[in-house]
Order: sequence, then C-alpha cells, then structure tokens
Amino acid sequence: MVEHRPWLTFLTHAILLLGCLIIAFPIYTTFVASTHSLDAITSSFPFLPGRHLIENYHQALTAGSGEVGATVGTMMMNSLIMALGIAFGKISISLLSAFAIVYFKFRFRMFFFWMIFITLMLPVEVRILPTHKVVADLNMLDSYSGLIFPLIASATATFLFRQFFMTVPDELCEAVRIDGGGPIRFFFDILVPMSRTSIAALFVILFIYGWNQYLWPLLITTDESYYTLLIGIKRMLDVGEGQADWQIIMASTMLAMIPPVLVVIFMQKQFVRGMTETEK
Amino acid sequence: MEKRVIFKNKVLPYFLIAPQIIITLVFFIWPAFMALYQSVQQEDAFGLKTVFVGLENFQYIFTDPIYLNSIKVTMVFSFSVAVVAMSTALFFAAMADRAIRGATTYKTFIIWPYAVAPVAAAVLWYFLFNPTVGMISFFLKAIGIDWNFTLDGGQAMLLVILASAWRQIAYNFLFFLAGLQAIPKSFIEAAAIDGASPAKRFWTIAFPLLSPTFFFLLVMNLVYAFCETFGVIHAITEGGPNEATNIMVFKIYHDSFESLDLGGSAAQSVILMFIVISLTVIQFRYIEKKVHY
Amino acid sequence: MADVSLRDIYKSFGKNEVIHGISCDIQDGEFIVILGPSGCGKSTVLRMIAGLEVITNGEIAINGNVVNQLEPADRDIAMVFQNYALYPHMTVFKNMAYGLKIRRMAKAEIEKRVQRAAEILELTEFLDRKPRQLSGGQRQRVAMGRCIVREPKVFLFDEPLSNLDAKLRVQMRLELRNLHEALGITSVYVTHDQVEAMTLGDRLIVMDDGYAAQIGSPLEVYERPATRFVAGFIGSPAMNFLDARLRSDGKSIEIPGGINLPVDSGGLPDYGGKQVTLGIRPEHFELTEQKEDAMHLRVNHVELLGADTLVHGHFGDEKTLLTARLPDIYHFKKGATLSLTVSPEKLHLFDMESESRIQN
Repeated sequence: MVEHRPWLTFLTHAILLLGCLIIAFPIYTTFVASTHSLDAITSSFPFLPGRHLIENYHQALTAGSGEVGATVGTMMMNSLIMALGIAFGKISISLLSAFAIVYFKFRFRMFFFWMIFITLMLPVEVRILPTHKVVADLNMLDSYSGLIFPLIASATATFLFRQFFMTVPDELCEAVRIDGGGPIRFFFDILVPMSRTSIAALFVILFIYGWNQYLWPLLITTDESYYTLLIGIKRMLDVGEGQADWQIIMASTMLAMIPPVLVVIFMQKQFVRGMTETEK
Repeated sequence: MEKRVIFKNKVLPYFLIAPQIIITLVFFIWPAFMALYQSVQQEDAFGLKTVFVGLENFQYIFTDPIYLNSIKVTMVFSFSVAVVAMSTALFFAAMADRAIRGATTYKTFIIWPYAVAPVAAAVLWYFLFNPTVGMISFFLKAIGIDWNFTLDGGQAMLLVILASAWRQIAYNFLFFLAGLQAIPKSFIEAAAIDGASPAKRFWTIAFPLLSPTFFFLLVMNLVYAFCETFGVIHAITEGGPNEATNIMVFKIYHDSFESLDLGGSAAQSVILMFIVISLTVIQFRYIEKKVHY
Repeated sequence: MADVSLRDIYKSFGKNEVIHGISCDIQDGEFIVILGPSGCGKSTVLRMIAGLEVITNGEIAINGNVVNQLEPADRDIAMVFQNYALYPHMTVFKNMAYGLKIRRMAKAEIEKRVQRAAEILELTEFLDRKPRQLSGGQRQRVAMGRCIVREPKVFLFDEPLSNLDAKLRVQMRLELRNLHEALGITSVYVTHDQVEAMTLGDRLIVMDDGYAAQIGSPLEVYERPATRFVAGFIGSPAMNFLDARLRSDGKSIEIPGGINLPVDSGGLPDYGGKQVTLGIRPEHFELTEQKEDAMHLRVNHVELLGADTLVHGHFGDEKTLLTARLPDIYHFKKGATLSLTVSPEKLHLFDMESESRIQN
C-alpha cells in the first residue's frame, strides 16, 4: 500500500508497542515481586527487580508455602505429568480413531463419529458432579490416571487428523497395498510420519491445555502430593486473616507461567497452526 | 466423507476406535445422562433416599433469587468479557495488519498471554489490585478512588472481567489478524483508489469480510466466559462479595461440593449444558451457511 | 515373467455396469497398451488386474492361477501410478526399498537390488534425496525403480507420462521401450495418448465405453480398424467419414458429388444398394491430374505444417468438412477445386447401424 502518511505508520507502531507493554505489565510486576522479600512487597510497591530471586525460587521449589502441604517442585512435576499425559494420550487415541473413521467402512461408523462430535459441546465444566462420581467409583481419585484419562477423549484432535487424512492421496495407500503392506503398516510407516506437522501443532495446544487445567484437578485431588501447581498457588492465597507469602506466591506463579509461555514463543508457528486448524 | 480407498478389515476398525469411544462413553456421555437424570431427582444429603420429582428442581431454582442473580451476573460478565476482549483484539489486529515490518514480533508479544492459565492470570491481576499490596490499588486510592473489591461488588466484577479478558485478547487477536491478512490486498487497494480513508476502508470493506471470524469468536468468547473462567472467580472472589460475581459455573461447583445440593446443582448443570450446546450448534449452522458463498 | 489372462471380465459399481466382458490373453513378455478416451474404463481394467478393484464377474489369471481373490500384495505385481505415489517423507532409496523391506528381504540383497535399479535409471546420485527435491522426470524414474526392484511377474502402468511436458514425454517413451527390451517383463500400460500406444505397444486393446472395441497390433488397428470408433480414434488428423451408397452390384461406391469409386477385391455383393459409412484417412488422398473419376474438393482453408499441408474442404454440397493431408507445401486458394483419388484398398467401409467394419 503506497501510503504517504508516515505519521500514521508511526502511530500504528506506537500503539502496538504500547499495547505490548500494557499486556506485559502484569507479568512484569509479578516477576519483580518474585524477586523481593516479603517485607519489601508489603511495605512499598517495588517497580524494579530486587535481589532475592534465587532465594525465593529456591524456597518455593523446596518448601512451598504455608499450609499448602506440598512443595512447588512436587506440584510442578504433577502439572508436567498431567500436561504430557494429556498431550500424548489425546494425540495417540485421536490418530487411531481418525484412521478408523477415514480408511475403514464399518457399521456404526457414522454413529461413533457423531458421538465423538458431541464431546465438542460438553466441556468438563458442565458435567462436573457426575464425572467426579464416575471417577470416584472407579477409584481414580488422587491418581495420575484420574487426572489424565477423563480429559483425553475430546474431539478436536480427532477432527484435525481426519481432515488431514482426507487430503492424503489415495494412491499412497494403494502403493503400500501393492508393496505388500496392510493397514497397520500404512498407518505407522506412512500416515503417522506424514502427520508430523499436525502432531507438533496439536502437541503445543494440548500441552498448554493440560498444564493449565484447574477445575478438574481441584475436584479430584485431596491428597497434597497430587496437587498441581495452579491448585497450590490458589491454596497459598487462602490465608484468611493471616499474611500471604506474596514473594513465594509470585515466584510460584512465574514458575506456573513459564513452561507454557516458552512453548508458545518457541513453537509459535506450530501453535498458530494448531489454533487455526482446530477451529475449522 | 468417502475416500475411494478402503481397507477390507472388518474387526480392526473397532479396535482402533475403541479407546476413544470407551473414554467418551465413560467420562462424557454417561455423566451427561447422569446429570439429566439427577436433575429430576431429589436426594437427601446422606444419599439414602432418592425421589423422582419431575421438574420441581427446575422450578425451585428459577424462583431462587440467588440463582436468578447468578444468571444475571453470568450474562453481564460474559458479554463484558466478550466485548472488551474482542474490541481490544480487533483494534490491535487492525494495527498489526498495517504494520508491515515487525508484524511477527508484535504477534509473538500479543499472543503469549494465551499460554497463561485463567487462574494464573487471575493471580496476576489480584496482586495488582489487591487493597493492601496492590500497586494499582495504591494508585487508585492516591487519586481518590476508594478501591476495595472485597467489599464493593461492582469493583469485583470489574476486576474479574479484566483478568478474564486479558487472556482472551491474545486468542482473538490471533484469529482477527489471520482473518485480516486473508483479505486480498486488491479489495483494499480498490477502495483506496476510490478515495476511501483508512478508517473508512476498514469499516466498509475489511470488517464485513471479517464477519464470519467475528461471529465465530463471539461464540468462542462466550463459551470461554461461561466455562473456563471458573478459575478466575475461584481465585479472586469466590463468587462474592455478596454473590456479585457468582457466575453459573461457580454456583454449580459450590452447590455440588460445598452445599451438596445434588438435585439443584444437576438442574443447573443441565441448563448450562443446554446453553453451551445451543451456542455451539448455532455456530456450526452459521459457519456452514456462510461458507457457501 | 508371466502371462496374464483376462477371461470375460465384468465390473459393476452397484447397479452400474462399467466394464462389459473383456477377454484377452497377454503373452509372457508382451507389452500391451490399453488405449481409449477418458472415462472408457481403461484404468478400471488395470486396477482389476492389480487387485485394487473387485472383479464382479469373470476371471483374471496370472501364470495360469486365478487371482480374483488375491490381495495386490500376493499377486506379485508392481505398479507405476499417474501421480507416482512416492512416499514423501522417505528418501529415494527408502522409497524403492520399502516393498522389499516389508517382504523381509535381507539388507544386503535390498542394497544390491536398489543400487542396480538406480544404475539402470540413472538415479544413483539421487538416492539420498526426498521426492520433493526431484523434478517430474526424476520422480517418474523413482516410481519405476520401485517397480523394478521388486522383480515382479507383471508391470502395470497407469498413464505414467501424462504429467510430464512434451519433450520429456518423448524421452521417457524411449527409455520405457529400452527398459522393456532389457528386462522383458510382461507389461500392461494404460494411456489416452495414441502416439504412446502406437510406439510402445506390441498389441493394443482399444476401449470404448467399457467395451474392448479392438485388440490387435498397432499396425492392424491402423490399417484394419474393427469399428468406426477405432477408426476415428487412431490417426491424426482423424479419419474422414462420409455417408455413401454401394451400387447394386456391390462393386463400386457412390459418394456425394456423384462419383463412383471402385471397391477393393471383388466387391461386396451382400451390400449391393445399401447405405454405408465410408472412411478415408487424410493421408491417403492423392492429387491427380485427371478430372473425371476423381473427387472434387472445394477448398475451405489450408494449414501449412512445413512437411505436409492440411487442406480442409467440402465434396459437392456436403456440409461435412473433410481433411486431406498432402506431402509438401501447396498454396491453394479458398474456393479452388482439387482433384483427389484414393486407392481402393485404402477405403474403409462400416455398417451404418452396427458401426462395425464391413469385411471383404
């Protein structure tokens, strides 16, 4: 666009820059707070980083705070296990289901397809009590399987893979048949490797989804050793009349935010791809 | 839906699709039916007796002032979040679309908040606005505003809207930018030749072409506000003060696990389910129609 | 090495029958081309031989064994697809080795076969590349390499040259011919391009709408086309067709413009007095000095090709535009009249209803 209005371009960039700063502001203040001692935070409003960074983070990781009962280190590990479990779990079963739906003809195929489709409309928040009961009945409370399994069957990944599989030329499948391979060979040797980029994109989205889960872990964990990080942070805030360990809380929040943010920044392309394609 | 190439195995597909179907049945379909079933039952707190009561639970909640309040609160909350998040995002996206240089860098910096969990975002904003240690509350008090969201319902609502929208701006920005960048440059250039100013070009050409994206995001933002913002409420206000931020999903949680009102909370779940399903269905219908121009 | 036998094969999709009773015995080592326009069913026949389509009726036998129930992998065949179907994430080497790997062949043997095929096809320097790094012609050769290493009984080709540019096509045709002479494997080749068919095939199966219109050598199909369809399909520019009537004694034929042409070898007494379709190839017209007993063509327009001249015009009051191909360069003006003759043995007569050749 040939625009001879340089001040407009300047304004555009200025606004964008300002926008980025405003958006980053809360994170900045949190980071700053995580580097000061508690006194510094309660008595003034520090704007620049302090000198207690190592000390605070170390304390958070090894001791935690107040009555939470678990260290941030443990909780981070739980969050990590949950995130990875959900990401790998969802990707695996969705690959299999999409493969079945696209490449086979079997009775109930459309029925199963619609069943999977329905899950798109049922986020966990609308069925919390009954799902909790099911998990309790299956003795899966306070366990990693309880954290992971109920969340790995939603439809977005299946649809993404289905869409991708539809674009794979039929001839590749026929070539494999002529080369002597059956459906399993085709799936592992050809289809899955070709789906690499979709898998990467989904991994980013699902990892973030799993790591950021709040309501579900809240419901099914009472044993502190299974708390995920976000639950722990909220617990730290629940001090009633007492003093919240702000510096620890802030450090923990930073720790809670860093992994997903890093993933988005370094895998931005896959992230964007995953977002735009799952919404079709 | 049909591919020409089909494998002939009859049993294998069932094994392949089994994991997803089993989990879907056990953790999605069955609980959904349970919620429906429980919504027409009345169970006492000890779980000893259940009585079929028809639509009595629904009648009861619709006359319960707290529930009606939570519907109102939810509506105000979700539409505010949607409006704030979408308009800010649209504004930034329009700016980013114009900035030819550095667009990717801006994109990175505006998108990353999406990686932050709603509850973590809540903690950030809670810290800033906290009456005792919050930097912004200090500033507000300094200019004469009596800021204490633990007492003032309106202020509490403001805070949760802000915390929820902050994160959603990133999401909306991503889609708006993609939508704007997909508009063929020739349309905009033709309008420029016709003499339209940048603002006019945006509103009369770009925005209408963006309407599918807009509608899509509206639904997504509303569903987000209905469901995923649970963490925000739970972390900052726990529904208070005085039910000022008691959105529906929060009330369901509270009634299920703290008041143990099973029939009532099941009825509320059913209603929330119904709303979410309707929104999603409307969206699919609309998208399908629009795609066929 | 094997012979392939198509015994009265039929194919239906649901209620829709698309292949109607085709029979052919393909000899061991023969290169047979299935030729026909789009939609005639040639690819379907190929896929039936491959095992990618179920045979509704009839049998296909390879080396005497009926293969109807066998999966493609068990028929010992190899196929080159129109779009090559190379596995995009594998190197050229792995693409060629894949079929052997599945059959659990020893690594050393696989290495040997792939290297040998790569040498034959001049692909040795490309073995570590991925398909997207190769040109169209190179990909085509990889597709063939994949077939060669398998050392199958039968090669199947599904319009392999149609995605290449014209010059490359000519080159690849030659390479295919040389390859076949070197390896001698029975090959079934599908195409819609008659030049490919005429130059590559030992025999042709010309297909029309699911039927085998004619099976024969390229020259047979050219000189003695069995149906009007085959006559019109083979040869470029296409054969001219006229409505004509045999004289009552069946010894000569009357064409528009009132001329009588003698009919070859003794005439056709059975068709005396009947209306027939007369076919004359453009290249069989000859210019003649004498004006009587010659066909008079009123020139409409002329195309100078350099080596030949194509003259388009009308006989008598006929509305049909006819084409004559004359060697050398002629500058005829529009409206001029040419005198042309044709040797009797170059006349093709077809029954008006059945459209079959009238033999004599």
